[in-house]
Amino acid sequence: MTAVLASMRPDSWNFPLLLHIAGAAVFFGAVTVAAVTQLTAARVAEPDLLRRVAFRTLLIVGLPAYIVFRVGAEWIHSKEFRDGADDPSWVGIGYLVSDLGALVFLVSLILAGIAVRKPKGWLSRTSGVLSVILLAGLVVATWAMGAKPD
Amino acid sequence: MDLNDWILALHLLSAVALIASVTVFWVMIVALWRTENPAAVTSFMRLGIVGNVLVTVGSLGTIVFGVWLAISLDAYKLWDGWVIAALVLWAIVGAVGKQTGDGYRGTAEMAAQLAASGSPRSPELAAAMGASRAFWLHCLTTVLILAIVVDMIWKPGA
Repeated sequence: MTAVLASMRPDSWNFPLLLHIAGAAVFFGAVTVAAVTQLTAARVAEPDLLRRVAFRTLLIVGLPAYIVFRVGAEWIHSKEFRDGADDPSWVGIGYLVSDLGALVFLVSLILAGIAVRKPKGWLSRTSGVLSVILLAGLVVATWAMGAKPD
Repeated sequence: MDLNDWILALHLLSAVALIASVTVFWVMIVALWRTENPAAVTSFMRLGIVGNVLVTVGSLGTIVFGVWLAISLDAYKLWDGWVIAALVLWAIVGAVGKQTGDGYRGTAEMAAQLAASGSPRSPELAAAMGASRAFWLHCLTTVLILAIVVDMIWKPGA
């Protein structure tokens, strides 16, 4: 049913939706890069390069992408729920993952940054594991945005 | 929630995987831009594998669940202009993406051979990791995928 409703979206929602989806997908890609590079850094010929790439990807790609997808989310939320009614549970799932995800993301980013200067294995691994947890949350949030459970 | 809601969710997850794969490959291209160091290229092999998994899941998931939705939902038809446009763009992305993958796969194999032989530098590798044919094809893939996303959201003619 919600799939049918999704097909009747006003045109004015399209650009915020594009920002939201594209931002989230690029964020997903950036966090994937960070997870894989951090968790494999200890087993490759150029571990410092991978740690640097993980940090820079989170900082230069992940952070702006998060801001874009969050701005897109708020923008479309302001159009879709303008009467102040309670949010449906799928919106709540989105906010929960987004807010907790921001915290996990920042910790992962900070650990990745420290790991570049002090290449200790546990810093990279912890940052990588946090990125994997964040990816799992993003999968759940994306499912909720599509299936829109009540 | 009915089956169509699940299909839409899986379609969306597949689209996210496809766009994420483009991001992953862009990071690899930028990080290894004109590198002469074979060991640097081989260090990204596992990330490349994950990128390939995302491409496969994203490509197959978007087409399978997308066509399913177009057939299942009364609001859409397979012969709608925007659906046909998406299918044509998807087919072109598949062809161009395969060419891109073949190009970079050859470069990765070259880097693996150079690394195995202990070669620390290779100008040939640097050329392949720069503005090569595969690079321009990846640029084209990115533009085409963006066009699909715009088509999916705006649904022109619907």
